[in-house]
Amino acid sequence: MRMLINVPETVVADALRGMAAAYPDLTVDVENRVIVRRDAPVAGQVALVSGGGSGHEPLHGGFVGHGMLSAACPGEVFTSPVPDQMARAAAAVDSGAGVLFVVKNYTGDVLNFDMAAELAEDEGIQVAKVLVNDDVAVTDSLYTAGRRGTGATLFVEKIAGAAAAEGEPLERVEAIGRRVNENSRSFGVALSACTTPAKGTPTFDLPDGELELGVGIHGEPGRERRPMMTSGEIADFAVNAILEDMPPHNPVLLLVNGMGATPLLELYGFHAEVQRVLAERGVAVARTLVGNYVTSLDMAGASVTLCQIDEELLRLWDAPVRTPALRWGM
Amino acid sequence: MLDADFFRRWMAVTAASVDREAEQLTELDSAIGDADHGSNLQRGFRAVAAALEKEEPATPGAVLTLAGRQLISTVGGASGPLYGTLLRRTGKALGEAAEVSVAQLAAALGSGVEGVKQLGGAVVGDKTMIDALEPAVAALEGGFAAARAAAEQGAEATTPLQARKGRASYLGERSIGHQDPGATSSALLIAALEAAASPAEGRA
Repeated sequence: MRMLINVPETVVADALRGMAAAYPDLTVDVENRVIVRRDAPVAGQVALVSGGGSGHEPLHGGFVGHGMLSAACPGEVFTSPVPDQMARAAAAVDSGAGVLFVVKNYTGDVLNFDMAAELAEDEGIQVAKVLVNDDVAVTDSLYTAGRRGTGATLFVEKIAGAAAAEGEPLERVEAIGRRVNENSRSFGVALSACTTPAKGTPTFDLPDGELELGVGIHGEPGRERRPMMTSGEIADFAVNAILEDMPPHNPVLLLVNGMGATPLLELYGFHAEVQRVLAERGVAVARTLVGNYVTSLDMAGASVTLCQIDEELLRLWDAPVRTPALRWGM
Repeated sequence: MLDADFFRRWMAVTAASVDREAEQLTELDSAIGDADHGSNLQRGFRAVAAALEKEEPATPGAVLTLAGRQLISTVGGASGPLYGTLLRRTGKALGEAAEVSVAQLAAALGSGVEGVKQLGGAVVGDKTMIDALEPAVAALEGGFAAARAAAEQGAEATTPLQARKGRASYLGERSIGHQDPGATSSALLIAALEAAASPAEGRA
C-alpha cells in the first residue's frame, strides 16, 4: 500500500500542520490536537464542539467555522480523542453561554466525551450533548452498543451550528440537534476495504467482485456481502433500507457521501440513481449535497443519508456557513 | 509484600510486553475491530513508563493512579477510559500504604475490575477484557503464576464467543472464531505481575 505520508506515527500531526497553513480562519493547536475557529469565543453564542477518530476528513476539523462547529478534536486514526482535548476545546470556545458536544455513537467516543464533560463542568462550563446514531445497517439490540453515528453528523453540526449562530440558548440548540438526529437515517456500502497507516494493510478482507452492504465508517462490516451490484441496484438497496426504517412524511435533505476512494464521476452517477429511487418512492428532496464529507480513509464506496425536515430545519440548513469544507451564503 | 518499586516494574514490564505484542494485538483487532488496539496501547504504556520515570510516585497506590491518568490522557478509543479506570480504581483502593500484600492487591484489582464493568457495561462472556481480568482476580490469591494462567485461559476462551460489547459487537455472529484483542492485552497486563516479581526479568 502506497501512502503519501512521512511515517505512520505523525500522520495526524502532519495533517493538522497542513490545515493550519491552509485555513487562516482557524487556530490549530497541533500539540494538543484542537482546532478552534479563530474568533472564538463568540460573545452570547453557544459553542459546538465535536471530535472523533481521524480518517473521516473533512469531518470534523473541516466543519469548524462560522455557522457550524466552534472547535474539533481529532483523535488518532479511527480512535476517539482523549478527554483532555475536549476539555481544552470547551474552555477555549465557551463564551459563558455553554457548550454542546456532538458525539458519534461509538463506545470510545461516548466514554471520552462523558469524561470530558465532567472535566469541563468542574471548570464551571455548562455542557450538553447530542448523540448521533443514524446508521440503519446495524440494528439496535440488547447486545450491541446501538446504532453507529455516520453521515447525519454533518446535518447535526450544520443545523445546530446555525441555531447557535442565531443566539439560541443551549437547551434550544441541543433540542434542535436531537431533532435533526432523530429525523436522520444513513446506509453505507463498501466496494473495497480501507487501510490505516499504522497497519499498512486493509483492515478487512473484501474479495474482488464482492461488496459489503451496510458498512461502517471504520470498515466495520454491516449486514451482508453480495456479489458486485450496479449503481442502480445499490441505490435501491440503500434507499429502501432507510425508508423501511423511517417511512417518508416530509421533504428531506439528501447527502450522497463518498467514502474516500470513489471518484466523483461515480458518485454523481450514484446520486442520479438515488434521486430516481426517491422519486419512485414519492420522497421530495429539498436540498442535496454530493461529495466526500464523512470518509473512511481510502475505502471505496458511498453512503446515503436522509434527514426529514420542517420549515425551521430547512431555514437553519440554508443559513450562512463558512468552514473549510462547507461554505455558502457568506 | 509489594512496594512502589514492584508496581513500577509491573508497569515497565507491561509496557515492554505491549511493545513486543503490539502488531499481534492490532492483527487481532483488525479481524473484529478497527485495527488500532496495539498501536493505541503502545502509545499509552510508553507514556505511562515516561511519566513514572519523571514523577517517581512513592506508594503503590500513587503509581497505579498516575498510570491510569496517563492512559486516559493518551490512549483514546474505548481502551483509554477502560484501562485508565482499571488502574486508577485499583490505585485508589490501595490507598496510601507504602507496601501491600498480594491479598490487598487482589481486593484492589477487584474494585478496579468493577469500575471497568460499570463503565463498559460488560460481564464475563461478552468477549471483552473482563473475560481475562475477572478470572485473574479470582486466582490472584493463589499467586501470580495462577493469575497469569487464569487470564490467558480467559483470553483464549473468548475465541468461540460472540461479541456483545464494543465495536466487535457490530459483527454479530461474524465475531465468532477470533480471540478478543482486549482480553488478550488484559492477559499481558496480568502476566507482567509474575515477571515483575522476579527482579531479573522485571528490570527489563
